[in-house]
Amino acid sequence: MVNVIFAGVGGQGVILASKVLMEVAKDRGYDVKESEVHGMAQRGGSVECNVRYGEKVYSPLIEKGTADYVVSLEELEILRKIDYLSPDGAVIVNREKIDPAPVQTGAMSYPNDIQEWIKSRVKQAHFVDTVGALKEAGSKKALNIVMLGFLSRFLEFTDEQWEKAIKSLVKEKFVEMNLKAFKLGREMKSS
Amino acid sequence: MKKVLLGNEAIARGAWEAGCHVATSYPGTPSTEILETIAREYTDIRSQWSPNEKVALEVAAGASIAGARALASMKHVGLNVAADPLFTFSYTGVNGGLVILNADDPGAWSSQNEQDNRHLARASKIPMIEPSSPQEAKDFTMLAFELSEQFDRPVIVRITTRIAHSQGIVEMGERKNVPVREFVRNPQKYVMIPAHARPRHKFIEEQFIKLKEYSNKSGINRIEWGNKKRGIITDSVAYQYVKETCPEDSVLKIGMVWPMPDDVIREFAAAVGELYVVEELDPFIEDYVKALGIKAVGKEIIPLLNELTPEIVDQALNGKKITSLVSDYKTPIPPRPPALCQGCPHGFVFNVLKKLDLNVNGDIGCYTLAVLPPYSAMHTQGCMGASIGMTLGFEKAHGEEMARKTVAVIGDSTFVHSGITPLIDLVYNRGTGTVIILDNRSTAMTGHQDHPATGKTANGEETHELDLELLARACGVKRVVKVDPKNTEEFERVVREETAAREPSVIISLRKCILKK
Ligand code: SF4
Repeated sequence: MVNVIFAGVGGQGVILASKVLMEVAKDRGYDVKESEVHGMAQRGGSVECNVRYGEKVYSPLIEKGTADYVVSLEELEILRKIDYLSPDGAVIVNREKIDPAPVQTGAMSYPNDIQEWIKSRVKQAHFVDTVGALKEAGSKKALNIVMLGFLSRFLEFTDEQWEKAIKSLVKEKFVEMNLKAFKLGREMKSS
Repeated sequence: MKKVLLGNEAIARGAWEAGCHVATSYPGTPSTEILETIAREYTDIRSQWSPNEKVALEVAAGASIAGARALASMKHVGLNVAADPLFTFSYTGVNGGLVILNADDPGAWSSQNEQDNRHLARASKIPMIEPSSPQEAKDFTMLAFELSEQFDRPVIVRITTRIAHSQGIVEMGERKNVPVREFVRNPQKYVMIPAHARPRHKFIEEQFIKLKEYSNKSGINRIEWGNKKRGIITDSVAYQYVKETCPEDSVLKIGMVWPMPDDVIREFAAAVGELYVVEELDPFIEDYVKALGIKAVGKEIIPLLNELTPEIVDQALNGKKITSLVSDYKTPIPPRPPALCQGCPHGFVFNVLKKLDLNVNGDIGCYTLAVLPPYSAMHTQGCMGASIGMTLGFEKAHGEEMARKTVAVIGDSTFVHSGITPLIDLVYNRGTGTVIILDNRSTAMTGHQDHPATGKTANGEETHELDLELLARACGVKRVVKVDPKNTEEFERVVREETAAREPSVIISLRKCILKK
């Protein structure tokens, strides 16, 4: 069983990232389940998707302390999901910071010790800078696929399998851009 | 062929495969994608957004009685709006299968309450079945049409947010060719005057006995024997959490939650050492089991509030210890509540209402977020359309002066849904209040669906565009002003003027939602 959480902010495209992952897993013959957030919660709030695949999957939700990977498309959001990580799990964090409302209004400040703290608590922590990759891919919208590309390094699926899944889920005119984004993510450095 | 589908997409697919002819709905999280998927992908079903859930159910009931297979889908609070037709179409029964898809929202992710609509099945005497996965969402939708026709009852399929909005693998099938039946006039069945209603009530009770037999014998309520030391009765998505966290135990999976399978429950209870009931929200199954005289543990250890999760079940049943890493993080973590989009037309409106320090009776939509900072400019909000009636109530409580410092704020889609009758009331009962219709040309919060005042149908066809200004005038409102809220000075002037006027007024605050195409 593999458990993956994608966390982010409404509009960052966590649902597409999890769809692609589910598609590859399904094509490899795994059972898959996923849970996502719609509606009011999406309006600029914190969002997440849970993806699980394996021989047989019951719950669409991942139990706390059992996620193999927590992928956060925004730096702060990793803190909200870190309790889901299993003791041997890995976190992958995009270092982009999007100020939540209380930070915008000055009522609170954006924590500046996240990377340091996570690294002191989590054995496998990858912080990535996606700015360059997104520039090269030609669209900020590709962030979800760049992050999925980075995650793909740890998963068992081949380049061809990923490519097939992306092609089946992305609108034709965006396929090339997303394939490029995926490759850039797969080769991205982390700190 | 197998596909990964969202629970709601699986329901749409199930309706299509079952040969459903007509589908109706009003958008509401977590049910919206059902009708959206039908309108987009299964165009051989005639689908429509109705102005509200009551109308949606009536159109579906009409289609059913005329001979078609029909589906009405809605969120839990939508079924409150449709409760009037629900209770009486329970009496008439059906001709073509009639399925009501009800989506509850434990955790109130996108709702004003966490009501448990299993109670409505019992109260309306309508059978209810509950899928626990996307595959079952499809299968149970198909089954619901069969049961409806077999037992001459509408059938409710109840899902929850975690069924609606979770994806899984679904085996796809072909569409069944079901001809539309003939409409046979039968006033004893279809006209519910008291003389007809009484015998129909008897009919329902007779069908109830047959349905209970189905509930007991059909296998829809399924025992999965494991270790008999502990047995767990569960339903809906809670079943998945139980299977995940208690793989050794015996499980009774409730697929038909009304009528309940007394014999199966007794058989199960007699065979296991300790009996537990794991269900979200109210102790619906638990109370039933206890009323059968069976001892069980339920809400003593399973929370009644909020949705369940695997760790809640694991803690309650297995005493699992969950450690929290983040509790050790000492820097305050800023919350990220949902908020109006940057540049949202509603923002301009609430800036002005805040500045003028008016009492704001709000309604259901994106704009409800104006209750939160930075606006903090909403003071009441209850249900679809309530803003207008409540504004009249404010005036009735304190007299006319109250109407000078109070406004109702309601979206265009919500106004069409439930705002027209209270506007009539405001005029009829000599109120002098001000209603602001936030006309952003869409049902924005649920994903920008069209509605009668946008001039487009669910299928994107052009249709008559309801004229809100004319409508307000027809209700008897003489002061109707259209204004762009982005023109802040003008907007403020209009609000000052209209609230000061000692007669009813409607301000149509017209600016398209920035996300609406
Ligand atoms: S979706 Fe439209 S109406 Fe809703 S908050 Fe965004 S801009 Fe405003």
